[in-house]
Amino acid sequence: MPMTIAEKILAAHAGKDRVEPGQLINAKVDLVLGNDITAPVAIREFAKIGVDKVFDRHRVALVPDHFTPNKDIKSAEQAKILREFAKEYKITNYFEVGRMGIEHCLLPEQGLVGPGDVVIGADSHTCTYGALGAFATGSGSTDMAAAMALGETWFKVPESIKFVYHGKLNPWVGGKDLILYTIGKIGVDGALYKVMEFTGPVIKELSMDGRFTMCNMAVEAGAKTGIIEPDEKTRAYVEGRSKFPVTFYESDPDAKYAEVYEIDVSEIEPVVAFPHLPENTRPVSQAGDVKIDQAVIGSCTNGRMEDLRLAAEVLKGKKVHRDVRMIIFPGTQEIYRQAMGEGLIEIFIDAGAAVSTPTCGPCLGGHMGILAKGERAIATTNRNFVGRMGHPESEIYLSNPAVAAASAILGRIASPEEVD
Amino acid sequence: MKLNGKAWKFGHDIDTDVIIPARHLNTSDPAELAKHCMEDADPNFYKNIEAGDIIVAGKNFGCGSSREHAPIAIKAAGISCVIAKSFARIFYRNALNIGLPIFECAAGADRIQPGDRLEVNADTGEIKNLTQNESYRATAVPEFMQHIIASGGLINYVAKRVKNDG
Repeated sequence: MPMTIAEKILAAHAGKDRVEPGQLINAKVDLVLGNDITAPVAIREFAKIGVDKVFDRHRVALVPDHFTPNKDIKSAEQAKILREFAKEYKITNYFEVGRMGIEHCLLPEQGLVGPGDVVIGADSHTCTYGALGAFATGSGSTDMAAAMALGETWFKVPESIKFVYHGKLNPWVGGKDLILYTIGKIGVDGALYKVMEFTGPVIKELSMDGRFTMCNMAVEAGAKTGIIEPDEKTRAYVEGRSKFPVTFYESDPDAKYAEVYEIDVSEIEPVVAFPHLPENTRPVSQAGDVKIDQAVIGSCTNGRMEDLRLAAEVLKGKKVHRDVRMIIFPGTQEIYRQAMGEGLIEIFIDAGAAVSTPTCGPCLGGHMGILAKGERAIATTNRNFVGRMGHPESEIYLSNPAVAAASAILGRIASPEEVD
Repeated sequence: MKLNGKAWKFGHDIDTDVIIPARHLNTSDPAELAKHCMEDADPNFYKNIEAGDIIVAGKNFGCGSSREHAPIAIKAAGISCVIAKSFARIFYRNALNIGLPIFECAAGADRIQPGDRLEVNADTGEIKNLTQNESYRATAVPEFMQHIIASGGLINYVAKRVKNDG
């Protein structure tokens, strides 16, 4: 019986030869993740279960990244709950401010997630790790608590949808544009309860950073996860990095899919998602004259090296428009350091951008970059919901880092080709 | 168990940032979260609802963040259940886990008008619209998930399992 990569991973973790969509299974988890918003609730629930240890103290990751460095007393109290739990239960993968990063950039970088893993994280963008060929999905805090106690969780095996990308990528088009284009095509519930499997020659060519960006946003189409078959690029990424054994799975050629989409990328130009849903996409050339007050580059979607390099390529020798506030936040301390080494931070500061320590703050309207009433931002983040970055009457436009950088320079949504 | 209340109607793709905006997530106190429930869609929602009232919405209710604070805020605000055309995956699971009853019902989501008096039989999934004098049937919850609900939520379910194993 042929299976998809997602089905194979779930079968292996459920101790079965095979699983099929719709089946309810218990699967072992390789890593359980929580942050400073979701883990305090999980810790409160964990205490009610009546166990005195977590299933494996090396396979729980706690990353205070949403309201940190703490923005107020309440958020400091939340972060403290994580810190004390990590100490009490001797959690090895607790990442303190100054040694941390945005969770979905940090965990792959630290080699804590890898091909063939099942990961549940109390953060919806846990699906990012599908880029490594893992089955990784977001959950709530109670599911996190149960998984910390049991080392397993239940799943209804999801159907998979295959997206095959062919053709030649246009200039300035990358993972962010492919996923925005795809969400624009199928809608924000187009993959509800399903796995989005990204494949085809374009994905083979895509960098790991581009793959992380694509899988990160699978949840914005309602998917349980996004996944990409691991290949030589994946191997190069995980070698010398993985802290646990990895297994490379691939879909059988005759595996069954709920749907198959063939997408010719040569017709895709840089994409902008208009307020207030990621599905409201337009090619950048059809954005019209949209003035912006703020440009944000970073987050778990586009805060990696490739993203910062693209932004720097556009910003080099240029100035951010005087009516625009530009905020750039690298995904991890390691990315920050590398960006410094490559001279990117200097380019950003020379252009007039604020460069921040890694934090999820601006992306979710937590802190550092809150929008006032009527303001507009272009952001490389993943959500443009009402009130996501601040006032309910502010607006967010999603794009790739090159478009965000070009827009920062021109003060309106713009293609990098408009910047000379 | 029968749930009674009047309907508060919302549209499609009601996301978790609307249900409970992130600016309030520096706490996990249910009572505090409840005060801000749905405030970006209707600033007076919490003030105007009565205990037992019911949220009725379109497709993909609860999309976006995994924050369990969303169903927690709804429950703590006194809403007895949510009826929608469809639910986002993580929200669906979170609601079951914390014991907030939810019902997938396309006919109900279409037909119910704001302010309609509803009576929901949580065990059978039958939704009676007392104002319009009609009824709808929600999609049945899979048996395994009913065990979780019957145990009083996932934590009780797991606690029992741990105790039995131990």
